[in-house]
Amino acid sequence: MSSTDATEKEIVQKEMTLNMGPQHPATHGVLRLVVDLQGETVVGCDPRPGYLHRGIEKWMESRTYHQIIPITDRLEYITCMNNNLGWVVAVEKLAGIIVPERAQFIRTLMAELTRLSGHLVWLGTHALDIGAMTVCMYTLRERELLLDLAEIVTGARQTVSYVRIGGVRNDVPRDFLDKCREFTALFPKKLEDYDTLIRQNRIWLKRTKGIGKFSAEDAVNYGLTGATLRGSGVNYDLRKVEPYAAYDKVEFDVPLGREGDVYDRYIVRINEMRQSVRIINQCLDMLPAGPIMTDDPRYAVPDKATVMTNMEALAHQFVLMSKWVNMPKGEVYVATEAPKGELGFFIVSDGSGRPYRVKIRAPSFVHVGALPKMVTGHMVADVIACIGTIDIVLGECDR
Amino acid sequence: MDADQIAKMIEEKFSGQVLGTVTHAGQVGVMLKSEMIRDVCRFLHDEPSIRMDHLADLTAVDYSTYPGDTGPRFEVVYNMISTVYGHRIRLKVRVSDDDPRIDTVTSIWQTANWHERETYDLMGIVFNGHPDLRRILLPEDWVGHPLRKEYPLKGY
Repeated sequence: MSSTDATEKEIVQKEMTLNMGPQHPATHGVLRLVVDLQGETVVGCDPRPGYLHRGIEKWMESRTYHQIIPITDRLEYITCMNNNLGWVVAVEKLAGIIVPERAQFIRTLMAELTRLSGHLVWLGTHALDIGAMTVCMYTLRERELLLDLAEIVTGARQTVSYVRIGGVRNDVPRDFLDKCREFTALFPKKLEDYDTLIRQNRIWLKRTKGIGKFSAEDAVNYGLTGATLRGSGVNYDLRKVEPYAAYDKVEFDVPLGREGDVYDRYIVRINEMRQSVRIINQCLDMLPAGPIMTDDPRYAVPDKATVMTNMEALAHQFVLMSKWVNMPKGEVYVATEAPKGELGFFIVSDGSGRPYRVKIRAPSFVHVGALPKMVTGHMVADVIACIGTIDIVLGECDR
Repeated sequence: MDADQIAKMIEEKFSGQVLGTVTHAGQVGVMLKSEMIRDVCRFLHDEPSIRMDHLADLTAVDYSTYPGDTGPRFEVVYNMISTVYGHRIRLKVRVSDDDPRIDTVTSIWQTANWHERETYDLMGIVFNGHPDLRRILLPEDWVGHPLRKEYPLKGY
């Protein structure tokens, strides 16, 4: 035996620590993982989040409830609308604001369009990470249509800041509804296309089946939520458990997985997209006429035309924009079903126009926390599949 | 089961531990003494009629500049929901400024691990018995805990 030959035993026993990220295209942002390897097998994983920490919770304490809306855009920057909605729903719960029905349906409609957009980015990048490059080209093409739809309504493509406390900023333009229908007519066919590309693909199956398994009990214990949890078969969807916006008025199913592996979570998210199309179609059919802003004069931001012609409205707008109104004292924790999972806002109010303390319960943060359990025992290449399947955005994880 | 009933059950089981309840917007918060927090959490998690299996959030609030507040400075807050029954409850535990510590609940919910690390990092609460209490969002050599009220928003 020559001196360069190592016995098999020596190779297996030598442990190596590998640093992945923060600058790595497959970490979906600036996630850093310190991975302990034995050969190619992962024996330990220590995620080091925080590279995108901007002190958002601290910052929120010095902003009014209204001024926080655009900050929420910077949490999960792929699906801003759902963050806006999560924040606003929490504030409305705190103050007991009643939102008119039309606004609720518009919110639901926009939130589901954004959910599709988020899931498309997930599918594209997840497939790209595992080696199916084509899917990404297609999903980003369809996402472009969704961004166009967002632009028609909000004027912005991503950081929309569209949902307002008590309603939405503006009504939807007339041609938007037709464009939406065009999209929902087209999209299910496209979804089949992506699905045929990978669902039966042998490489895809090899890379996803049996990888990153979570039993139902473990998944709940580790705080997983959203499709990441439902892949393990736990029926927990906040749109059903604690309906907000108009989710109690539309019909949809909650897709569930069985095995709790990467593949099942893929199936769940694909089916969720089908359900989102269903919800969007119902919203389009049921969209009631009426106001889009609450009639509670304390919280309703007056519309621009009135502000320009009415002295009182101008004064009220000035007060709302500069210091907001005094909110009731108390605290609430309100969670909504964002595309990544349970997005919760815990607000403590001291009775002023600015929150005393805000805690953001970000699904991505919790999911990254479950990553060590998910990847241990798998190969190093599976780490990439696991990062994709928990569907994280680091803006939200690090806050 | 509604949250008031759960609060009552905690009171019956742990008499002398409950300092009161607060309700806002239909959400119930139970104020507890800090000594038995792990036992209360264990009870809420294991009791078949409650089954608080999902610890949605764990955080802390610094009450030092809250108007009219005279209690101990920090409050550790546990928001939990049962994925089986869909009911929620919030536990609130005050800890003092001179020794802000409380027992970890990591052994009950794994998810508490990172929430507690974050609370330690940003608010400076120490969790007794935590398996791996390190800073998480800030660098290891960071000085101070930014979410405390005396920590400046600008100038660092």
